[in-house]
Amino acid sequence: MSINGKAYIAGAYEHPSRISLDKTLPQLHAEIAKGVLEDAGLTKDDVDAYFCAGDAPGLGPINMIEYMGLNNVRHMDSTETGGSSYIVHVNHAAQAIAAGHCNVALITLAGRPVADAKEGKPARFFNPQAPDLPFEMPYRFNVVNMYAMCAMRHMHEYGTTSEQLAWIKVAASHHAQHNEHAKLRNVVTVEDVVNSPMVADPLHRLDCCVVTDGGGGLLVVSPEVAKSLKRPLVKVLGAGEAPKHLAGGHVDLTYSGACWSGPKAFEEAGVRPADIKYASIYDSFTITVLETLEDLGFCEKGKGGAFVSDGNLISGVGKLPFNTDGGGLCNNHPGNRGGITKVIEAARQIRGEAHPKVQVPNCDIALAHGTGGLLGARMGSATLILGSEAA
Amino acid sequence: MSTEQKNKPRLIVNSESRPYWEGAANGQLLIRKCNSCDKVHYYPRTICPHCFSDDTAFIEASGNGVIYSYSVTRQANPPYVIAYVTIDEGVSMLTNIVDCDVEKVHIGQKVKVSFLETEEGYALPVFTPV
Repeated sequence: MSINGKAYIAGAYEHPSRISLDKTLPQLHAEIAKGVLEDAGLTKDDVDAYFCAGDAPGLGPINMIEYMGLNNVRHMDSTETGGSSYIVHVNHAAQAIAAGHCNVALITLAGRPVADAKEGKPARFFNPQAPDLPFEMPYRFNVVNMYAMCAMRHMHEYGTTSEQLAWIKVAASHHAQHNEHAKLRNVVTVEDVVNSPMVADPLHRLDCCVVTDGGGGLLVVSPEVAKSLKRPLVKVLGAGEAPKHLAGGHVDLTYSGACWSGPKAFEEAGVRPADIKYASIYDSFTITVLETLEDLGFCEKGKGGAFVSDGNLISGVGKLPFNTDGGGLCNNHPGNRGGITKVIEAARQIRGEAHPKVQVPNCDIALAHGTGGLLGARMGSATLILGSEAA
Repeated sequence: MSTEQKNKPRLIVNSESRPYWEGAANGQLLIRKCNSCDKVHYYPRTICPHCFSDDTAFIEASGNGVIYSYSVTRQANPPYVIAYVTIDEGVSMLTNIVDCDVEKVHIGQKVKVSFLETEEGYALPVFTPV
């Protein structure tokens, strides 16, 4: 069953906080739920489905349903694929709505890694029973060096340069200067990026995303509900999700799961990469964006470096405006998970409610893509294509 | 002495991985081979990820390989090299490149296995330039 036209994004809300010392994690989730319901013009009693991922404290969705007093939930899903979870959730919510299981699906993401660190709480938890961990943990992998090996290999195979990767940060910074909530608002140059301290070769500090508290929420609703509200319509056109992993030792770090989630989403939406007016691309690191753009078919494999150069991702300048909120690279990567903010900015673009300096004119088709886990090992990829009512 | 002790790697040892660590303690790099489809895989599992047969066994690998990709973690003191090494048997494994000039490590570089003693008295396979 296709989800094309069967569901709409009726609410999109990004928490303004970037450091949340004075708020608990459940409180952030609830503030986000309140914000997204107000954005849509709905109440909590309208919510009949709740979606969350591993950042929600408790037994899957249950504890947050209790805390928020969501009394009419008849469908729930706590799929966890890291930062891409929330894009998977939109897909699953649209499928559930199309199947008649619910009409108003609430999705929340919240995190407080900055506050947790200040309070001395452990940063990251790996399940010691994960099958891969015994063979990887002793080698001192971390998020940066695992993505760095992808960049190193991509450079080796395709001649990609640090300067080309830097253009991705430069484009994000051009957008972030207009976002009052962005963690990093200074416009940076290619030189700034390549001269920033090396964290893990070949990734510099400015090749990395920000670490922030806060989060975001979405409401996915049936066409009937969407058309009863006063907000501009944002239609779900298609979605795809895919795992990618090391395949028993057949390692290839030059592509991501977008190779599979992308074509599925494009087929369902009935559009091609050339039809996309705006793209939210998961940007944990610059290399994440580069490989994803290639895998989604915006350019040929290996040509991502040339594609992103010279401002091609800057709104009003280049051919593919991306992450006009400043993205994870400059604006917000709440809870070390940027998936939901990707959908929020894509919805703003379709609604025509992005910042005027970065709003894409006549933005009728937009894409949001998430990469969860480690590009250098195993990941969950998810692609979502949204459109205006006319699309 | 105390510094060396402190720097010994720590392992997660379980029933599925224990023979691998015991092999390493005996100076062997073990990988898993399926007797049903004849393919090897890494990291080792009891059920073959290629054909799902449970007729799998550890075999000793040659210990020779080339660097598929790597990164130098500069924030650590001293910096260390994490890498994927593709061994002669055709599978790639996450590892460290040790006893090397970190500035000269490169993709395609030939390496061979060596072993670091761990906290538990087993050994961790790592690689050094040939």
